[in-house]
Amino acid sequence: MTEPIFSLQTSGRLRRRQLISRAMGAGAAGAALLAVAVLAVVVISVAHRGAGALNLDFFTQSQAQGYNPKGGGVLFAIVGSVVLVGIATLIALPLGVLVAVYISELAPPRLARLARVALDITNGIPTIVMGIFVFTMLVEAHGQSAFAGSIALAIIMLPLVARATEEVLLLVPSSLREASLALGVSRWRTTMQVVVPSAIGGILTGTTLAIARAAGETAPLLFLTSLGVNSHADANPFHPLQSLTLVIFEYSEQADPAFQAKAWAAAFVLMCVVLLTSLAAKLALARYRKKLGG
Amino acid sequence: MTITHAHEGSALNRTRGRLDRIGDPVLKAITFGAAALAVTILGLIAYELASGSGLAFRTFGLHFLVTQDWNVNFDRFGALSLIFGTAITAVLSVAIAAPLAVAIALFLTELAPKPVRTLLGALVEMLAAIPSVILGLWGILVLGPFVQNQLEPFLNSTLGFLPFFRGQPSPTGILTAILILTIMVVPIIASVTRELFTTVPPELREGALALGATRWEMVRGVLLPAARPGILAAVALGFGRAVGEAIAVTMVIGAQIGIHPSLFGHSDTLASRIAGQYQGASTNLQVSSLVYLATILLVISLVVNVGAQFLIRPIDRRPRRRRIALDRALEAQGLSAD
Repeated sequence: MTEPIFSLQTSGRLRRRQLISRAMGAGAAGAALLAVAVLAVVVISVAHRGAGALNLDFFTQSQAQGYNPKGGGVLFAIVGSVVLVGIATLIALPLGVLVAVYISELAPPRLARLARVALDITNGIPTIVMGIFVFTMLVEAHGQSAFAGSIALAIIMLPLVARATEEVLLLVPSSLREASLALGVSRWRTTMQVVVPSAIGGILTGTTLAIARAAGETAPLLFLTSLGVNSHADANPFHPLQSLTLVIFEYSEQADPAFQAKAWAAAFVLMCVVLLTSLAAKLALARYRKKLGG
Repeated sequence: MTITHAHEGSALNRTRGRLDRIGDPVLKAITFGAAALAVTILGLIAYELASGSGLAFRTFGLHFLVTQDWNVNFDRFGALSLIFGTAITAVLSVAIAAPLAVAIALFLTELAPKPVRTLLGALVEMLAAIPSVILGLWGILVLGPFVQNQLEPFLNSTLGFLPFFRGQPSPTGILTAILILTIMVVPIIASVTRELFTTVPPELREGALALGATRWEMVRGVLLPAARPGILAAVALGFGRAVGEAIAVTMVIGAQIGIHPSLFGHSDTLASRIAGQYQGASTNLQVSSLVYLATILLVISLVVNVGAQFLIRPIDRRPRRRRIALDRALEAQGLSAD
């Protein structure tokens, strides 16, 4: 073995290039850390302020008499949120799945593209615009109701459910379809009894993500279901109902710290529900994708 | 053919056959109806907003867009100050968010060790899942005092010679809104950009590295050019989100009409003005003016979305892009190699 003629030590420009590269890498790591730090600060400060104000009354009682901030709970808002999001899901889930089946299984390419673009554009419309839309369409003539709010939420959920479903339908191996068709099974039976059932896990996790998103929406509900504050627990979708998000919004503007404490508590509950469901759904979706894809 | 005989022999199978014959067109019709409804909703939204803003449009016309007033008592309304507020908050928040988000995406695809990748990616996406009303609440009660007591005095003492950093520090205002919007926009741009980076073929990366490029030169010469149209589309989507955010902004921006250079001052955006006036618009003209604002928002979101789709489309024509990226990579190497 002879000695290497050239030194293998880095020097001069190469060292500078490597330094720049390392500095950029450190910057990228710093950016990622910053994002995680912001998440931690938000989550911890909501948990810190919210958990203290939680008690059993918060979940089991409604507004105390005479808009008294002390005591009472937000049962009415929890019930309202469940009704609002529940009805929206009942509308958006079947509709979204049907749209996705059309796009990925049955439509001619041009119509499929049109529908996809329409879904993407709907997805990009600010949610407050959805609120105004349902306001001019329904509320101006028929008054506020939880049902109007549910329609706005359903329009927000529809593209999410449809695109998530379309994505998992595309993952269903075509050999399944071909096997079914080759056995003489008709097209609609193949679609509804072979393809859709084998994608059902992905469809439901996609829907769960859409539910988590709808549960956190405030803007589309402002005009539709917020006035005539119902402070007792009411589940009639044809009455205006409150939701957790509306309660946070309203209480945050009150000067009384007792109201702010309730806003934090409601924020803590909502944050836990939304973050945990969307995290669980994302993990399930990743596993499901791996199963179908691999 | 025994199979056919068995098929025709069974009564059950005969009904099945009939069901199958009508089943196909029925399924097609139902799903087509659903898809048509999804498209119709878009048209319906445009129609309702146009008719709802009719009164304001007839009263103010396009002057609405260049009038600053928002005076409920005199029934005079204009969007100029709101358009200004929307533009300054959305542009500045995206300007802060875009480089951060691209850096995060780079870290997640290129640098972070595999197990950290999934965890960090999930955490960044969780940031996007936080409901905006919660970020708004946090913005008023936690971020606001920090902005008032630390950030704004600091900016004023270091950069106070610029008109943007003058004025009374305040917990609410343009700066707080920009920070909240940045938090919302970063995860959107980061997750799209991350997807883009993973679709860049590995042989491009390996080629650049094999030619002696450092990791950063590979990123700058290969990855970023290959993903550029997609990154622009992601930035456009983030911009659309920032423009349309109503609740969190209305909670922290201060709801004030007026155009001024100070980032410490109060302002209002199109979306936040709509949200802020929900407690009862007093006149028909005011309601109609709010719908007019929503119509402007709808137009902006359409332009941004369609623009983003146009930017993304060339990516589908992979081979050409790949060639360009490769050329650029080689060029960068030729220029920067020792």
